Amino acid sequence: MALILDLILQGVQMVLVVAIAPLVLGITRKVKARLLARIGPPVIQPYRDIWKLMHKEAVLAHNASWLYRTAPYCIFAVTWVAAALIPTYATNLLFSWSADLIALVALLGTARFALALAGMDVGTSFGGIGSSREMMIASLAEPAMLLIVFTVALVAGTTQLSAVATLFSTASIGLRVSLGLALFALVFVGIAENARIPIDNPATHLELTMVHEAMVLEYSGRHLAMIEAAAALKLVLYFSLIACLFFPFGMATGDKGGGALALGLAAYLAKIGVLAALLPIAETSVAKMRVFRYPIFLGGAFAAAALAVFLLFVSRGF
Amino acid sequence: MAVIVGLSCVAAFLAVSLLALVRGPFGTSFVYAAAGVIALAGLVLGATQLAGGATSAVTLPIGLATLGGHFRIDALAAFFLVVINLGGATTSLYALGYGRHEEAPMRVLPFYPAFLAAMNLVVMADDAFVFLLSWELMSLVSWAIVLAHHREPANLRAAYIYLVMASFGTFALLLCFGLLAGAEGGYAFDAIRAAPPAALAAGFAVILALVGAGSKAGLVPLHVWLPLAHPAAPSHVSALLSGVMTKVGVYGFVRIVFDLVGGATPWNGLVVLTLGGITATLGVLYALMQHDLKRLLAYHTVENIGIIFIGLGLALAFRSNAMDVAAALALTAALFHVFNHSVFKSLLFFGAGAVLGSTGERDMERLGGLIHRMPKTAIVFLIGCAAISALPPLNGFVSEWLTFQAILVSPQLPQWGLKLMVPAVGALLALSAALAAACFVKAFGVTFLGRPRTPAAAQARETDRFSLAAMFILAGLCVLAGVLPGFVIDALAPVAKSLAADVMPRQVVQPWLSIVPIAESRSSYNGLIILAFMICSGTLTALAIHRFATRATRRSAIWDCGFPLDAPQTQYTSSSFAMPIRRVFGKVVFGVYEHVDMPRPGETRAGHFGVRVIDPAWRYAYGPLARGVAAASLRLNHLQFLTIRQFLTLVFCALILLLIVVAAWR
Repeated sequence: MALILDLILQGVQMVLVVAIAPLVLGITRKVKARLLARIGPPVIQPYRDIWKLMHKEAVLAHNASWLYRTAPYCIFAVTWVAAALIPTYATNLLFSWSADLIALVALLGTARFALALAGMDVGTSFGGIGSSREMMIASLAEPAMLLIVFTVALVAGTTQLSAVATLFSTASIGLRVSLGLALFALVFVGIAENARIPIDNPATHLELTMVHEAMVLEYSGRHLAMIEAAAALKLVLYFSLIACLFFPFGMATGDKGGGALALGLAAYLAKIGVLAALLPIAETSVAKMRVFRYPIFLGGAFAAAALAVFLLFVSRGF
Repeated sequence: MAVIVGLSCVAAFLAVSLLALVRGPFGTSFVYAAAGVIALAGLVLGATQLAGGATSAVTLPIGLATLGGHFRIDALAAFFLVVINLGGATTSLYALGYGRHEEAPMRVLPFYPAFLAAMNLVVMADDAFVFLLSWELMSLVSWAIVLAHHREPANLRAAYIYLVMASFGTFALLLCFGLLAGAEGGYAFDAIRAAPPAALAAGFAVILALVGAGSKAGLVPLHVWLPLAHPAAPSHVSALLSGVMTKVGVYGFVRIVFDLVGGATPWNGLVVLTLGGITATLGVLYALMQHDLKRLLAYHTVENIGIIFIGLGLALAFRSNAMDVAAALALTAALFHVFNHSVFKSLLFFGAGAVLGSTGERDMERLGGLIHRMPKTAIVFLIGCAAISALPPLNGFVSEWLTFQAILVSPQLPQWGLKLMVPAVGALLALSAALAAACFVKAFGVTFLGRPRTPAAAQARETDRFSLAAMFILAGLCVLAGVLPGFVIDALAPVAKSLAADVMPRQVVQPWLSIVPIAESRSSYNGLIILAFMICSGTLTALAIHRFATRATRRSAIWDCGFPLDAPQTQYTSSSFAMPIRRVFGKVVFGVYEHVDMPRPGETRAGHFGVRVIDPAWRYAYGPLARGVAAASLRLNHLQFLTIRQFLTLVFCALILLLIVVAAWR
């Protein structure tokens, strides 16, 4: 009986992240539009877009291979697994121990690997430019991300996300310099990984500035729907990660009673809503960067995270 | 008993080698089939010895008169026997098909079994004499195979540099064993273990072992021969050189430093760790700049050797501080990576060989679109690429994950040097893991995806079934070792027990076959469940899409934002793919030299763009060295033209000087 309950809780988490992903995207777009003095599409527009794309025929290039057709499913599935492993409304779910933070970063790497290969499959210059730039950004962002993981793991003494969240939701950790640096770095990495301004512009189709959009330029129909859904899911994943590591308040950590779960759920949705509103504010206040200035942006994240790790190696008190 | 079986395997290899000299009945198929069967026997022997955990030793009346020939198989040797013979068996299977492409088979066939014999002999050696003899045999025989295609000038240069580096490495090992044996000359490993050297001698011995074994394994800056010599050999031998022989180098280091020298000091760990971190990062950055597929793989071996040495360095650091559980973790991570790398690097070289065999091209800029023409090779090559990029749920990720876990234990180390260096090395390891993914997106994307860039690539054919079988076995191992890593870790427990004095927790008994490096509250990983999750969510997604979405699919021309260009040269190439990373790291790490020659408006000549990437090891280490040697020999040249009196004076002075040195030493 307990096992069934645990399975249900895990299932709710898996469904939850997928269900709210387009909504979160819709909120960011709406807020951004309002900031730009536009009315903007309704917040449920991403659901409609995905539904519309699913009912359009998929156009494939003559030389598209099986990899091109399976990659969208693979990207979506892997991103989904990663998102489902982050504690959202409760910790210690049934499979929370099957992958830790390092594995989570690597799972995102798997999705990126598939996406970059899909970009090169048809053999266009746009696909190539997107893949090449995406891997360049990743090669700078992933080490920074791993150093953030190190920071969190050194403070908490574990790399298990569930255990970290449980520990951090008690006040015993307090405010830490290292965690502040890690949050700073995680925000930078999240912006880069989700192809947001100033690294990439999700709304652009101006060739010279595209990264993510260039990779998926040839996609259409249900394949594109999967990729769009995966991108929305990845945004939710990063929001959940920030919420779980740095604002773990309200999560159901101990007993899985109805009240605690409801509170956890409400707190999670509130946190994601706030983050979804904050992102476009940050985005509208800066300009898009030139490609070869990315290393400076991501180098900042890397340096901050590295500093945090060094401080923790020097003394566990930081 | 076991060691007798092992020696019989070596003898059988050598016998096949001799039979290969006889032309006629003992052709390509016979040699590779026989070598494969013997390697399989060696594999079974290694596996049973590793599982049984017993040590088997024998002394034969061969070799030096006063010493005899000592042979021994303990847990460490058994593990490396598994690695060598797994590589040997799959390579032989692959070569049953691939070996037919060889235009001059007699330049490879006699040496191939002897190469396997020598590598087996190195790990079974139990005295310095046998060790060095088989080490040198291994070098010379592989040198002969590197020279198989001797008509190409580049191969001649590669073989020459390999020979110089190998001799230098053996020379360092010779001195190292001299130090370890001491004044009495106890060259048997038992004697060395019984009388460990004094602190100073031990320090020098570690440095010499690092230079000697590191030059064979490919530590920066001793790696320069590796990207030249590995691609020069026929592809199946490249797989052995890169996947297996570098591991024998690692074995030499582990045997000397962990087993013979005995007690580690923190600075040993610091030096090894730092070198490992530098090697990993530089190796993958050089690999990214290559556009010859085999050379890219060879450079990438350097990165993996770096990762292995990071693990070994951590193990030394932990052991010197009596943190035995952590030392066992770090050592297991390193040895797991040894196994993993031998599997996926062999697989990737096999794939590169299949591409080479069917198109005649190694240059990625002249390939493309092979996924359509060689679909099976593409699948296994893709698995190899994903595994080596440390992507879950494959095996490369598990060993890197274990290394990361070992790094996360290290704040407990008391020494400040280590406290500051370990996080830096952790950052380098993270960087190299991310760059490896970029490197293999490039390798797979440019070679197998896109449109064919040359007619040769457009007319490629799927490779033969022996090669495919070998590649599928290795790809299967990549998946198995990634999904069920607990079995590999448990199999490594006897090695960790003997060298790190402790073991990791037993893995197979963990719930759901997870792996738990120290304690479950600290960290755990379960490749099996991750894979099951991926399959479930992928299937669920596909079902949902097929239920709710339209299945209408249309084939059409490439869109490319409305301006498709037919010429396949307009695709992204290997150099253009690497360009952003070259820009980011180029100024710091390489002497990148970009040359742009644009015609002025109105001029009708073609524009030119050239990039030159120089390995800084050549520029900063070997170039000055070579110039120094040349200058010194020029100066010393006039010694040839002395009179007889001057010669005699010179000899007399040298004698006096040596006698003074000996007198001072005593």
